[in-house]
Amino acid sequence: MSTATETIEQFVTKEYQHGFVTDIEMDSAPRGLDEDTVRFISKKKNEPEFLLNWRLKAFRHWKTMVEPKWPNVHYPEIDFQNIIYYAAPKKRADAPKSLDEVDPKLIETYKKLGIPLGEHAKLAGVAVDAVFDSVSVATTFKSKLAEMGVIFGSFSEAVQNHPDLIEKYLGSVVPYTDNFYAALNSAVFSDGSFCYIPKGVRCPMELSTYFRINAKDTGQFERTLIIAEEGSYVSYLEGCTAPMRDTNQLHAAVVELVALDNAEIKYSTVQNWYPGDEQGRGGIYNFVTKRGICKGINAKISWTQVETGSAITWKYPSVILKGDNSIGEFYSVALTNNYQQADTGTKMIHIGRNTRSTVVSKGISAGRGQNSYRGEVKVLKSAEGARNFSQCDSLLIGNKCGAHTFPYIEVKNKSAMVEHEASTSKIGEDQIFYCRQRGLSTQDAVNMIVNGYCKDVFKQLPMEFAVEAQKLLGVSLEGSVG
Amino acid sequence: MLEIKNLSAAVEGKQILKGIDLTIRPGEVHAIMGPNGSGKSTLAQILVGREEYEITGGQVLFNGKDLLDLDPEERAREGVFLAFQYPVEIPGVNTMYFLKAALNEVRKSKGQPELDAVDFLKLVKERMKILELDQSLLNRPVNEGFSGGEKKRNEIFQMALLEPKLAILDETDSGLDIDALRIVAQGVNRLKKKDNAQLVITHYQRLLDYIVPDQVHVLHDGRIIRTGDKSLALELEQRGYDWITDGGKKSGLN
Repeated sequence: MSTATETIEQFVTKEYQHGFVTDIEMDSAPRGLDEDTVRFISKKKNEPEFLLNWRLKAFRHWKTMVEPKWPNVHYPEIDFQNIIYYAAPKKRADAPKSLDEVDPKLIETYKKLGIPLGEHAKLAGVAVDAVFDSVSVATTFKSKLAEMGVIFGSFSEAVQNHPDLIEKYLGSVVPYTDNFYAALNSAVFSDGSFCYIPKGVRCPMELSTYFRINAKDTGQFERTLIIAEEGSYVSYLEGCTAPMRDTNQLHAAVVELVALDNAEIKYSTVQNWYPGDEQGRGGIYNFVTKRGICKGINAKISWTQVETGSAITWKYPSVILKGDNSIGEFYSVALTNNYQQADTGTKMIHIGRNTRSTVVSKGISAGRGQNSYRGEVKVLKSAEGARNFSQCDSLLIGNKCGAHTFPYIEVKNKSAMVEHEASTSKIGEDQIFYCRQRGLSTQDAVNMIVNGYCKDVFKQLPMEFAVEAQKLLGVSLEGSVG
Repeated sequence: MLEIKNLSAAVEGKQILKGIDLTIRPGEVHAIMGPNGSGKSTLAQILVGREEYEITGGQVLFNGKDLLDLDPEERAREGVFLAFQYPVEIPGVNTMYFLKAALNEVRKSKGQPELDAVDFLKLVKERMKILELDQSLLNRPVNEGFSGGEKKRNEIFQMALLEPKLAILDETDSGLDIDALRIVAQGVNRLKKKDNAQLVITHYQRLLDYIVPDQVHVLHDGRIIRTGDKSLALELEQRGYDWITDGGKKSGLN
């Protein structure tokens, strides 16, 4: 037994692979946060008046708020005055017009991350908007998308080129008053992605963004806004990594999705922020607000997430089902290993008639990881014929980890049907041994069992992403039993 | 093929095996019988590398290699197979997928090319007939929701697929009705070849009506106290274990 446990420890403590640092001159704001910081950021980005005012209102509101304590995660007090709120690679005055002009070191970084930029992008058929610390570096495929009227690029660019859309939709799904971190983000967000799909257009390729936190002690506050006009469709992928640091870094993003009549948005995330070392030192605090609204009839929003990184994850991608017959989906795999903590889940708010939602959550806890599912299904009085199905499964690997489930259900319409299923299981030593007796290594056995467990979620991911997610899960886990 | 020399082992400080000697040659079928708690299953578990047992003495050679030095998966790839007494369920893992991965591991270690899905399916269909196994079982998660008999048949089916050199059957007859027992035993017999061997662990003689052993060993209190041919099994059936175990104590046989 002791031998087995040791092997398991070795597998579980496999090192983070994306922990390199790129040495590039940075252009940063001074440490700390006050109104001047907000103005500094807005000025740096040459923003119109309305946006500065919006940021300032958010900042003033944020100052009246306190950090939420209800999530089932534990961490030392964050000193918000000891964070650098803006860090951009220098030489932005002559911003790159094409990939060739991008600092080769950045390209190198992305290569290490396996991001398909440049020629890779064309081969892979993926349009990538890469956000490095706070600014969007390069966007591939932009011209091809532009022909179809699809706008895809950095948030900053959109502010310059399409201020009307930004003004109309920014904060319309997640208002700055929503929560502590959303308010903070609204005040200091530095960049992010913007995506607009015009009426009736089916976006011909997967749109993809990679985020990376490079600078030390930098908070990353990106803002993503996706608008799908009537009858349009888009599949959007988001991947995240960060270098290894022994201090914690804060990531507080806001994502807003708007789907109008008959539109569909599919949003997939593979999150692999640095989780901290095996002692629980360092790692990203990932406090994210993601929400979509099915504004029109028959609209559909689907969230799929594979969360393997971050020291702490606090995230509830949600859907407001406003349009009649609209559909909300949430498929999630969340893995916590070593000292990672995750409090994640979703909210499905049924407002329109015959709205439907599906929630499939798969939590995996290994090492000393703590994994909580927190979900809310709310059916308002107006939501005649609403239906929800939720399935929350927890898988335990070893005997020092924990799994918790906090489902909230609130139904105000008698015709609604809400189903909730939950299960907890443990990868047993017997299962591992059975596989080994048939010739499989411990590592392959655990991967096989975990992948089998996550199948329902993986099949929601676009093909290449599903493969990446499986590999990632393998790297993050590799073996274990208790 | 298999040489067990003076093997002793303990679990949680308690001595279970107290010096086992056993030699199995290619083509042979050996049966190990004995009352509950005599150490039969422990012996099987140790041979396949279960880690909660502590080896306190002795040696096991498998085709000249020190078996106890190998990891469980290495033993499996060398051709040691255990048909489990209680096969575990592995939810979410498709049986076909599992078997293909297992078979290809074994093939890889033999330097053979891996089978693709088409060839694998062909092989599966052929071997399934031996066990009269319903193919729908193979599209379900490993052992999940299988009846006791289906689980046991699935074990022997895996044996048919992996073609081990040494197959250890741990109480494969327990929980089987007479028809299932016949099918399983016929399957085992059909898999018998002159270059492989079988070690059948059983509590009752009835399995040996179908699987005829070359040698029968009686295990008691961690020792093999008697070895004979199949007539020994019949004698045990008639007279129980008492006459032999008492005798063993008095005469100090080992």
